[in-house]
Amino acid sequence: MTLFFHELKRDRIKLLVWTGAIAFMLVVSIVLYPQMTAQMNEMGDMFSQMGGFSEAFNMDKINFGEFGGYFAVECGNVLGLGGAFFAALLGVAALAKEEREHTAEFLLTHPVSRSYVVAYKLAAVVAEVLVLNFVVALSAVAAGLAIGQEIDASLFFNVFLGYLLMQIEIACVMFGLSAFLRGNGLGLGLGVAFVLYFMNILANLTDDAEFLRYITPFAYADGTAIAAAGHIEVKYLIPGLVFTLIGIVVAFFRYNRKDIRA
Amino acid sequence: MKAIETKGLTKYYGTVRGVENVDLTVEEGEIFGFIGPNGAGKSTTIRTLLGLIRKTSGSARVLGMDVDRESEAIRREVGYLPSEAAFYGGMRVHEVLAFSAGLRKKDCREEANRLAERLGLDLSRKVAELSLGNRKKVGIVAALQHKPRLYILDEPTSGLDPLIQREFFALLKERSEEGATVFLSSHVLSEIGRYCRRAGIVRDGRLIAEKSIDTLAGAGIKRVTLHGAAELPAIEGIRDVKRTEDFVSFFYSGRADALIRALAPLSFEDITLADPDIEDVFMHYYTKEGK
Repeated sequence: MTLFFHELKRDRIKLLVWTGAIAFMLVVSIVLYPQMTAQMNEMGDMFSQMGGFSEAFNMDKINFGEFGGYFAVECGNVLGLGGAFFAALLGVAALAKEEREHTAEFLLTHPVSRSYVVAYKLAAVVAEVLVLNFVVALSAVAAGLAIGQEIDASLFFNVFLGYLLMQIEIACVMFGLSAFLRGNGLGLGLGVAFVLYFMNILANLTDDAEFLRYITPFAYADGTAIAAAGHIEVKYLIPGLVFTLIGIVVAFFRYNRKDIRA
Repeated sequence: MKAIETKGLTKYYGTVRGVENVDLTVEEGEIFGFIGPNGAGKSTTIRTLLGLIRKTSGSARVLGMDVDRESEAIRREVGYLPSEAAFYGGMRVHEVLAFSAGLRKKDCREEANRLAERLGLDLSRKVAELSLGNRKKVGIVAALQHKPRLYILDEPTSGLDPLIQREFFALLKERSEEGATVFLSSHVLSEIGRYCRRAGIVRDGRLIAEKSIDTLAGAGIKRVTLHGAAELPAIEGIRDVKRTEDFVSFFYSGRADALIRALAPLSFEDITLADPDIEDVFMHYYTKEGK
């Protein structure tokens, strides 16, 4: 557990800033809801008539006048993208940062196996994603209660579960990539997260890009789609779980065979 | 049991040579010197022994354990000081040392305090603010605090001032007297000559000699310097000749009376006869004559 707590301590500021920022933005969005209700109905009509643009963000399927719909969209904007970036940054740095910061030699000359290092670093990444989502979810509930709006428990649970699974998938895939990297994977992490986000938009826009939904986790973790269907789309979730598993297996396999540079 | 034993140890980074066919034996309890310039393969050998990199072929055992299969157990018994110690930037010295001890599942605070006091290291400082020398001291304490059976030290004295160097070697001697083995990689030849009984010399990825310091220095070999002389004596057994305007100097191995007779016809003002120092030995193995 020494390494696990060491990782949490190392990432504490990153975790604090990202959690604070995402929770704050979601809370602000929710608190603004009463003032925006009136305009929302008009906007909802407007979005319904905007064709491609609304389809891209699934906004044609949502009733903005209801808090649940509004919440799902805002959650998608804030927690969806923010959480994906956070998870990608965390995952891509986890193993590579030891070589980048020249601490790999110090860490790996202790009596710890490579698998131990991978396992506890992975556990730390997942724990940090959990902490972020837990705090953000609690903040959302508190903000909802503060404005007297109740979120449908099932919708709330499904939306947050979807985003949580998506972040864990992105974190694990990037974690697997991290085992190959020696330098700064920041650009790669953000790039991959953005490309995945864009894939879902493309898939929403045209049926020809339907296959992309099986690649991007934004397909199953799409607040508006979950709100419209009432559940997470399992056929998109299953490939996501497979990618998650592949990321983890690759990380163990690659890191156990890696030559560590000074 | 041997502390370190490699047979045909070879490491290639892709097509780039790291080390080739290294046969190295370090006895338990000795202070062994590992000499060679940068890039010769010293660090590659060490990093293979510690499981940081995987050997391409050959075998390597540390304290009787196989480097591939028992790497974790090996590292439990080893204290390693890298040539350039880097630590986690945001941490304080005592946190780094506690983390290191924690990974070893040991409480080393008492020993860490004792070592820090002897080396003059402030445990409350942030590692990011430390000078090169002080960072080195953190590395030394981390390598020594758990009292391992084998110390692998890569260029341990770079960045340390002479007083601390002396204290560091005093510490090593104490540990050696308690039965620990010290594997000292360095290109500071004088410290190898002073503290080691045996040494290995690496060149271009190969171990070209592994002998006692006395043998390396060549028992019976003398460095002969003739001041004011212009020519060499006509005799066998002369090598590594140096000539300046003021003197000629060479290594001589052979009978002393033969040398005296060969010197008799020459004209020179003064003569010095000296045992070759470790630098001479090193240069001998690194010059073409030494091939």
